[in-house]
Amino acid sequence: MTDIHTSDVIISGGGLVGQTLALALAAHGLSSCIIDPADPAKVIAPDFDGRASAIASASYKMLDAIGVAERLAGKGCDIRKIWVSDGLKPGELDFTAADDDGPLGTMYENRDLRIALRDAVAESDRIALHMPARAVTTTRGPHGVEVTLDDGARIAAPLLIAAEGRRSPTRDAAGFHMANWSYDHSAIIGGIAHELPHDSVAYEIFYPAGPFALLPLPDLADGRHRSAFVWSVARADAAGLLKLGTRGFTRELEKRMGGLLGNVTMIAPRMAYPLGFHHSAKITGERLALVGDAAHGIHPIAGQGLNLGLRDVAALTEVLVDGARLGLDLGDAQLMDRYERWRGLDSLSVSVATDVLTRLFGIRGKAASAVRRFGLGAVQATPPLKSLFMSEARGESGDLPKLLTGMTV
Amino acid sequence: MTSIVPAEAEHFGSLAADWWDPKGSSAMLHRLNPVRLRYIREAIDHHWGIDDTERHPLAGRSALDVGCGAGLLAEPLARLGASVTGVDAAPENIDAARVHAAGQGLTIDYRSGDLASLNLRRFDLVTSMEVIEHVADPAAFVQALADRLAPGGLMVLSTPNRTTASKLLLVEAAERLGQVPRGTHDWDKFVRPEELTAMLEDAGLIVGDLRGLVPMPGRGFVLGDNHAINYLLTARYR
Ligand SMILES: Cc1cc2nc3c(=O)[nH]c(=O)nc-3n(C[C@H](O)[C@H](O)[C@H](O)COP(=O)(O)OP(=O)(O)OC[C@H]3O[C@@H](n4cnc5c(N)ncnc54)[C@H](O)[C@@H]3O)c2cc1C
Repeated sequence: MTDIHTSDVIISGGGLVGQTLALALAAHGLSSCIIDPADPAKVIAPDFDGRASAIASASYKMLDAIGVAERLAGKGCDIRKIWVSDGLKPGELDFTAADDDGPLGTMYENRDLRIALRDAVAESDRIALHMPARAVTTTRGPHGVEVTLDDGARIAAPLLIAAEGRRSPTRDAAGFHMANWSYDHSAIIGGIAHELPHDSVAYEIFYPAGPFALLPLPDLADGRHRSAFVWSVARADAAGLLKLGTRGFTRELEKRMGGLLGNVTMIAPRMAYPLGFHHSAKITGERLALVGDAAHGIHPIAGQGLNLGLRDVAALTEVLVDGARLGLDLGDAQLMDRYERWRGLDSLSVSVATDVLTRLFGIRGKAASAVRRFGLGAVQATPPLKSLFMSEARGESGDLPKLLTGMTV
Repeated sequence: MTSIVPAEAEHFGSLAADWWDPKGSSAMLHRLNPVRLRYIREAIDHHWGIDDTERHPLAGRSALDVGCGAGLLAEPLARLGASVTGVDAAPENIDAARVHAAGQGLTIDYRSGDLASLNLRRFDLVTSMEVIEHVADPAAFVQALADRLAPGGLMVLSTPNRTTASKLLLVEAAERLGQVPRGTHDWDKFVRPEELTAMLEDAGLIVGDLRGLVPMPGRGFVLGDNHAINYLLTARYR
């Protein structure tokens, strides 16, 4: 029989959230074992994940506290202002970040995030990475979790954490009830170079067919200005848009942009992602916790998906580190309860808010458009509402885990 | 452990399973455990000047938990690095504790019997949580605990207070709700902080810190200044 390798936790899924969790735990002396079936070279290939993510300042503080931020130096573009509008009509709502408050978030290409995390994981002696590897059997018992991998390796820990993304098989096998809504929309995403500088502004333009977002990225090496776009369209239209030639697609894109950034050139492959909303009714079970998209997936319009996952990381890290310092079994039901109380509700409220926003802005017709414009104007005119929106965008509302303030536990 | 026949082992296994079931008959103890551990951890750090981020603050130290049940406190103390001895009057608790510790891969020296008559050495840390209110002679029990405390050691005790509030809350509410097995608590035998302090002083110790454990709606138990329901204290040699 093969020897069993034991660690503090087993993390199933080494995506953005799973790796960040392993690093956050390692920063506090806790060991982990990551299992992921994906090919590690493929996930950082330029055409694997063309998305860019807005890292809220609270999330950034955590990346800084666990030593990942320094690996991202010079790769991000701060968002100084979020310009929200209904179509290209007046009545826009711009959340301008006050200068001394720091940026509203920083845009990174997912690929840069993946490379930074991979390098940090490789350098940590508290993280054992099994990738590519697949779990053949997983047993959650009264005394711990045991996993046998397809290469015969056996690993054990008191707790299993599923960070397997939106189709998490561990979550489904545990029988957790899921709340699901399909938006019947797809997001087409890609990168563009453009004539005019973006001035660190993120644009969110709501069209009847769905929201359209432009997210600022650092200028290219040749000095051209650069942004990422997230264009949500009816699912039926996505295939046609992907098939369009570069010229035709660029022209459609420019129409949506209304000349905001001048002439546009495509610089990264277009990809389509089906959009949906899902939320697990429970995020913990016997010796099991869910983090990231395995627990909840939301519309990317508010740029909160990854941030929600990173907030899970911060809260779960604090719960487990506190537990370890009290000598508790890391799969202890009291620890799971604390994580469930902490994150179960917050992630649901963000999910619901984003869902409401998408539905509100997805309604067709003149009256709906008027309501939307009025709604935006109303938020604009109500300072407390506006500051709530701002702090939500920064990821600063609610009972904050220490890591999100930039401090270790 | 080796002297247990299989059928008995199974019985103790299910007894351990119940003790360790967070929703079972010890549900209240499970919920109290993190708060009590936090108090003990703070006391350890303060007493020995240890950094609160240290994962094994008891490394190289010995600990004795008296009235250990199935090991709800003994196991965390072992994970914090201590070499732990657990004592309980009920042999079936000790057997359940052994089964559970083995499952957890922890080495803990469990003994059943009466503390005073067990021939134990002295320990750096001596704990006894929610026990003194059950013993026939509290002063003699405190003396027996003190006899097991090594020079320079730390003692941590917890027990319900004898107040009108505790009578109402602990005895009536908790037992009616079935959160503590009925008959577990006999209010007349509860010990007040000043009485316990006097017993400790008679045994040559002084009380360092005294803290209340207060139920908060929706948050379980929290540490605070109100001692009316339940309290924890630390003691050391004068
Ligand atoms: C178009 C689009 C744009 C977005 N834009 C933003 C944005 O601007 N800002 C933002 O914050 N968020 C954004 N998001 C959301 C964000 O990308 C996700 O929330 C984030 O990637 C979730 O990370 P994760 O690690 O939980 O899941 P994933 O990234 O899905 O990773 C899951 C990992 O688990 C592995 N895995 C799968 N199955 C198994 C298994 N059986 N066992 C073990 N491992 C397994 C996979 O290989 C993968 O590595 C966007 C999403 C979309 C679709």
